[in-house]
Amino acid sequence: MTTAAISVRDLTIVRGPVTAVDHLSLEVPSGQVIGLLGPSGSGKSSLMRAIVGVQVMESGSIDVLGQPAGSPTLRAQVGYVTQDPSVYSDLSVLANLRYFAQILGVTDDSVERVLDQVDLREVADRLVGRLSGGQRSRVSLGTALLGSPQLLVLDEPTVGLDPALRRDLWTLFHQLATAGTTVFVSSHVMEEASRCDRLLLLRDGRLLAEGTQSQLLERTGCQDIERAFLAIVEGGAS
Amino acid sequence: MTARRTWATARRVLAQLRNDPRTIALILVLPTALMTLLAWILPDSEWQKYAPPLLGIFPMLVMFLVTSVATLRERTSGTLERLLSMPMGKGDFVFGYAIAFGVLAIVQALVVAGVCFTLLDLTVRGSAPLVVLIAVVDGLVGTALGLFVSAFAQTEFQAVQFMPVALLPQFLLCGLILPTEELPTVLGWISWLLPLTYAVNAMQHVVVDTQLDTRFWVDAGVITGMAVALLALGAVTLRRQTR
Repeated sequence: MTTAAISVRDLTIVRGPVTAVDHLSLEVPSGQVIGLLGPSGSGKSSLMRAIVGVQVMESGSIDVLGQPAGSPTLRAQVGYVTQDPSVYSDLSVLANLRYFAQILGVTDDSVERVLDQVDLREVADRLVGRLSGGQRSRVSLGTALLGSPQLLVLDEPTVGLDPALRRDLWTLFHQLATAGTTVFVSSHVMEEASRCDRLLLLRDGRLLAEGTQSQLLERTGCQDIERAFLAIVEGGAS
Repeated sequence: MTARRTWATARRVLAQLRNDPRTIALILVLPTALMTLLAWILPDSEWQKYAPPLLGIFPMLVMFLVTSVATLRERTSGTLERLLSMPMGKGDFVFGYAIAFGVLAIVQALVVAGVCFTLLDLTVRGSAPLVVLIAVVDGLVGTALGLFVSAFAQTEFQAVQFMPVALLPQFLLCGLILPTEELPTVLGWISWLLPLTYAVNAMQHVVVDTQLDTRFWVDAGVITGMAVALLALGAVTLRRQTR
């Protein structure tokens, strides 16, 4: 039994007129690749923002690596990648990574390691704004890997990437998990379920179901997670 | 807040500027061209009187615009959110920007004042380097105001609209159009709350006084204090958690 990397208790987040997360409680075990699956608007990004401590919470609490979310000491231990690549488009790949490395207080060795991990060495000197969308999101991912974080929170990191690259990234996520990092990754693409060790299904800010893919398929008697999701939604409604 | 992170941020902002030579050219060429136009229009006595205060107004204007747009871009691109989820002090962000744009303000003041003092025959009785110094501090006030208002803007259109709100009243009340003593009483009081008034006042001292008395240094001290206070306010009002 592993201890939880993230435990969320009775969390509510209100963004504008919308209750994005509604009395949500869940646990994310450490050292695994955990998928947060749900349609867009289901509260995935709000939950992730709260976990990394940049979201105002209405009520409830989150513990991350044993400390309340947003604690200053967590900032060096948690890597976060937002949905849109949040890097400087008017700087080169290398300049971006070097800057964030300095903020994190890690050496240029980390920059070298990350260039290989996200396979950007050939374009290291190019301006990020001139790169393809997929390359740009890899710069953003690479930035989160710089500090060798214990927890990686990745908001839809594989959107718009070509299949070969997506496969490589999932391989990387599993390598990181094997090395002890908890990888908490969201997606609205249900097929990505098969890549995760464990799944959390989110809808309308609430936890619909959790478990391994095979557990969920067995429970619903469905062939794939897309159908299982539907079966749970419709089962819950009746 | 650490020197390393503040300095890294300043260097990063300067690197971004270096990759945008057109903006640098605009920042240096436009005020110089406007001063040249003014020197051409005004009779010499008027030019000698108005040029130094204007040398203080340009950096504030330009730095305000550059800073509010640059920090807004950090907000909308998500880079600010990312930085604040890292071990980054709010002061690192604000003072990093202040250092980078301070460097830019120094270059701008040197170029514009340099052209005025050499090609455009501007003369002051006081010390010309002090004109540059006041101009730079004014640029920092502009940077601080820009950082501050960018928190209230959601789009770049909105940020640009804040410029007249933040700067036009200062321009009207700073003593350039009407000496502050001749303003209606209440407006006179208000004018002494605004940094530009002190800048214009200090510039006017340099124009007429060969020996600078304490009044000049009080004015210079007040604007510097205001610049630092506004930057600190910008750091304090930066929110790590947003809705």
